[in-house]
Amino acid sequence: MNDADKLAGLSQDERVLLAPLVRTTRWFWIWLAIMAAVTAWGAVAYVLQLRYGLGRTGLNTPEYWGIYIICFVFFIGISHAGTLISAILRISNAEWRRAITRSAEFITVLVIAFGAVQPVIDLGRPDRVLNVIVHGQAWSPLLWDVCSIGLYFTASSIYLYVPMIPDLARIRDLKIRPTWLYWFLAIGYEDTPRSREVLQRIIAVLAVVVIPIAVSVHTVIAWIFALTLRPMWHSTIFGPYFVVGAIYSGIAALIIAMAILRRVYRLGAYFKNVHFNNMGILMLVMALLWTYFTFAEYLTAWYGGEEAEMATFWSKVSGPYALPFWLMVVSCFVVPVALMCRSATRGVWGTTIASVFVVLGMWLERFNIVVPTSVHPRLEMPAAGYWPSWVELSIMAATFSGFILVYMVATKFFPIISLWEIQEGREESVQEVSERVASYLPDDVEVTSP
Amino acid sequence: MARWGMVIDLDRCNGCQSCEVACRAENNVAVGGPVAARENRTVFWLRVLTEVHGEWPDVRTRFVPRPCMHCDRPPCTAVCPVGATTKDDEGIISQIYPRCIGCRYCANACPYTAKSFNWKRPNHPPSSLPMLNPDVSTRPVGVIEKCTFCHHRLQRAREQARAEGRPLRERDYVPACAESCPTGAIVFGDLDNPHHRVAELVHDPRAFRLLEELGTQPKVYYLAEEH
Repeated sequence: MNDADKLAGLSQDERVLLAPLVRTTRWFWIWLAIMAAVTAWGAVAYVLQLRYGLGRTGLNTPEYWGIYIICFVFFIGISHAGTLISAILRISNAEWRRAITRSAEFITVLVIAFGAVQPVIDLGRPDRVLNVIVHGQAWSPLLWDVCSIGLYFTASSIYLYVPMIPDLARIRDLKIRPTWLYWFLAIGYEDTPRSREVLQRIIAVLAVVVIPIAVSVHTVIAWIFALTLRPMWHSTIFGPYFVVGAIYSGIAALIIAMAILRRVYRLGAYFKNVHFNNMGILMLVMALLWTYFTFAEYLTAWYGGEEAEMATFWSKVSGPYALPFWLMVVSCFVVPVALMCRSATRGVWGTTIASVFVVLGMWLERFNIVVPTSVHPRLEMPAAGYWPSWVELSIMAATFSGFILVYMVATKFFPIISLWEIQEGREESVQEVSERVASYLPDDVEVTSP
Repeated sequence: MARWGMVIDLDRCNGCQSCEVACRAENNVAVGGPVAARENRTVFWLRVLTEVHGEWPDVRTRFVPRPCMHCDRPPCTAVCPVGATTKDDEGIISQIYPRCIGCRYCANACPYTAKSFNWKRPNHPPSSLPMLNPDVSTRPVGVIEKCTFCHHRLQRAREQARAEGRPLRERDYVPACAESCPTGAIVFGDLDNPHHRVAELVHDPRAFRLLEELGTQPKVYYLAEEH
């Protein structure tokens, strides 16, 4: 009996959600091959860079940081999709979360890994990266970053794994191949009411714990910039500004992932319009918050009018970086707000289009933070500029394709929608929610006649 | 304990760049060349910055030799994740080439752009090899390097003084840039020693420091032009 037959007699949820584990289409292999090819191309580019040094990039003095650091900030930002959103939705008992938490958590764990290697790729001496541990200097924000990203990766991996255990146990019991993998990962879990209760309690604790860790990660990344004396980096709002941007881009990335999963795995019944609508509303809130922070940041710099700040400011607003700057404004403010403020355009297509703009816009936002400040040091250098080389662009492309590749593979081994949480929703939530709503209503008051 | 510092009289500087050349020769700074210059990748330990004011026919050019400022509150040492750049007891900011991981955070943190990165393998043409200074190590690709106030000269001078059983004198330790300046614009010495010229010059009404308002407390002072 092959694996596909094992699903035949099961419930709808199990048949639909476990189907990707047992059936693989030709398109999957084609996309897998494309992604693998791009990733391999980037690996070749990196080997060249290893051999000849960072001279193979477009970086120079004073443009010390470029594409790699932009991608580092960008990808770690995307990683806020999962853990943070899923944790917030769990804590707030948002019932519509059930279908989307797993896909979000997978983004987090996989994208952190791809984000965290960026600074290593950026090192002049990657062979000495362990000096960070051997000679670690605790006063350096880079070292704080190593700690917070390490902690975030660990915490969000646990937060991905623990809520997956009941599903893994179910797959183990169905004897889907590779059986040894599910036997190992299910760690002997048996789905009894007692074990379910313990699991729920662990998840509740984890959801609370990961939120401050997630916030700390992007705050510390912001501090790498903000704690220097560079114009338009040295800003007190950078911490929260980066966190807001991270959640914003994370939501957008999650919406894109949901739209793709919905199409390729025919999950229309699970990722419904209401999910896109609700995510769209969340994205609108983040769009407005992001715009508010951006406005505050630029107004403060412009009104103060300090000479060194203005050199960077004008290079963004009307100088050589005006194109990425105004593209960012259009993609992070105009398009998403215009689309998300109307319920008619908050469907699958509307939110997905807005999300594509937001993801591109947030990459540009990271570019607009890193590059214009870099080329405008306080003591002006002659003719400073930056054009990324093909090596940098190839490695960036490989980072995107590498992430998509592992995400695709992950959906083939793990149900991308939490099976037991959907079933729990069907069995218990409806009653639970009506009881909860009833508890909000006024109590009966005994009327005593005067 | 000495606190080494420098005073550069901009009134005397005529922009001849002999300090730059002397610095390159003394410290085995790699040969840049036209490609590195075009790519903004030339390594400079000391760079003569030029500022042009006004328009023809009333043009004035000002030359500002910029070594490392050896700040008393250095922004670069704080951010280094591996402690590869540190301030020693006598106030000199040093760079440990074999420990540096090449993250360039210190270079970004430095408001004076005084740090150079080895984007490529440093270029020492065969003809230059016999002229390398044996007291200064050459640098590998991928690390940061910077002005050390010719720290090796201090070590040599101190050994000499000890061998001769006498204290270190003002003239014993002079960096290559100060030694080579034909107009005597660069004066070097112990800022805390009242007998050294620098200690007196920093109280000159013309004395100022670059980007003083940032609070980095540089130990390189400039004397403003009088006219």
